[in-house]
Amino acid sequence: MSAVPATPRTVSAETAVGPGAHPAGPVLDLLLTAPRARTGWRVVPARVGAMCIVELQKLRHDRTELYTRAIQPALWLLIYGETFTRLHAIPTGGIPYLDFLAPGIIAQSAMFIAIFYGIMIIWERDAGVLTKLLVTPTPRAALITGKAFAAGVKATIQAVVVVVIAALLGVGLTWNPLKLIAVAVVVILGGAFFSCLSMTIAGIVLTRDRLMGIGQAITMPLFFSSSALYPVSVMPGWLQAISKCNPLSYQVDALRGLLLGTPAHLLTDFTVLVVAALLGILAASSLLGRLAK
Amino acid sequence: MTTDPDRSAEAQAEAVRCTGLRYTFGDTRAVDDLDLTVHTGETFGLLGPNGAGKTTAIRAITTLLPVPAGMIKVFGTDVAGDRMSVRRLLGYVPQQLSADAGLTGRENVSLFARVYDVPRRERAARVAEALEAVVLTADADRLAGTFSGGMVRRLELAQALVSAPRLLILDEPTIGLDPIARTSVWDRITEIKNATGMTVLVTTHYMDEAEQYCDRVALMHKGRVRALGAPEELKAGLQGTYTAPSLEDVFRHYAGSGFQGADGQSDGEDFRDVRRTRNTANRVR
Repeated sequence: MSAVPATPRTVSAETAVGPGAHPAGPVLDLLLTAPRARTGWRVVPARVGAMCIVELQKLRHDRTELYTRAIQPALWLLIYGETFTRLHAIPTGGIPYLDFLAPGIIAQSAMFIAIFYGIMIIWERDAGVLTKLLVTPTPRAALITGKAFAAGVKATIQAVVVVVIAALLGVGLTWNPLKLIAVAVVVILGGAFFSCLSMTIAGIVLTRDRLMGIGQAITMPLFFSSSALYPVSVMPGWLQAISKCNPLSYQVDALRGLLLGTPAHLLTDFTVLVVAALLGILAASSLLGRLAK
Repeated sequence: MTTDPDRSAEAQAEAVRCTGLRYTFGDTRAVDDLDLTVHTGETFGLLGPNGAGKTTAIRAITTLLPVPAGMIKVFGTDVAGDRMSVRRLLGYVPQQLSADAGLTGRENVSLFARVYDVPRRERAARVAEALEAVVLTADADRLAGTFSGGMVRRLELAQALVSAPRLLILDEPTIGLDPIARTSVWDRITEIKNATGMTVLVTTHYMDEAEQYCDRVALMHKGRVRALGAPEELKAGLQGTYTAPSLEDVFRHYAGSGFQGADGQSDGEDFRDVRRTRNTANRVR
């Protein structure tokens, strides 16, 4: 409890901005009036928009993550995909294995981005960013929805990179703009669910170290129990049952149907993804208060 | 500045009123029957050792923590009853350096303009005004990660300012800053307060700051207010006990000194508080 800092510096990194910076006082014409509050249904879209814009601004300043995260899906397609295409070991319904694999890898790379959003929210808690956002007139559900869709936007940008890699490798993808928009919606919904799953776990375990371990423990089971690498029909019965509970399977099914034109259950896929995202938002919102304490 | 649901004269005169506030973490009673009133337009300092309950009280006032027992009103609005209305009255700068290092100064402030529903047509001008008020216009388009500790604090003031709050809450705003940066942050707070008439509620460990900038201070220890008044009044109260007492003497008198608190049993330190303070101090170095 000292009247001066414990380690006073002789040189300050501070710009010299003493009391004379505003000789007549600062001009605060606009800042004397509080903005009119949005109400009702307009609140959530506004907050989602704000969070998505922040995500895009961060990506604009630093694209390193975008490039480094492209390496793993590229390796999956180049090494695993090309090798298994030659083996003809997996029944793919008459399409090359690389084509079969590409939507699975898009879903996987999107999931990998989203699943670590819980770590980000814990970091934001530790850095005070979350605390400050929780003091704004933003309902917790709107904050989580914003984070979830921001994860979806980031996952979509990652998906674009994987689509380009797949196209360069000769995968016969659709270029129908409506189908590509539907692909983006599927990736956003998947990203929203997996980020909420991660933020829900963050609300339970509360620390980065624990979440890192759990994140790594659940990503591979989620990936291998989905239809990303092989069709559900070749799985053993118990794994088929798990696969039916795994939203990633529905995401992959929808992506295959939209990108490759293979038979898909689009209505079921979209319904499951929307319901999963809503449940995820509900669960993560209800636990957000634990992070604020 | 902001439409207030309670127009009574009392509500306008009192920025914050805490009555019988209690908060416990497990077996620890962090805030113990706290009664506190902050008058409109004043700069009010909440002082006390680590673990005294300052941050818990602040977090309850800012709606971050529920109000399990007692009552808090901000400009007459019940914190437990209408959180969203209360949040619109607040500007909050937490203890940690909370600006997003991956965004520019302008983008950091714009985010808060968006979440406070500043219309698009006036957003850019309002953000620019807030940045100018804290003398960051020239650095506004640099990443916040490149800012010094004092600049980050000023940026956080701009973030809090952009929504025109009636009550500015600052949790140890100058922790870890060098004397020049500390003075600069306080100069900006004083200028903004004088220009807007807003109420400022601040926690600090620096007695010289409390003495210089606060109209009244409350000294908390073990969750309760042990002394309350203008710094001069508190010092005058110890005239017989100390020779020319300072506010630091007042602090020692009520909170104890050395490793033991006033009750001679504990030093009042809380691991989470100390870690948070150290993290903040490390980030600004």
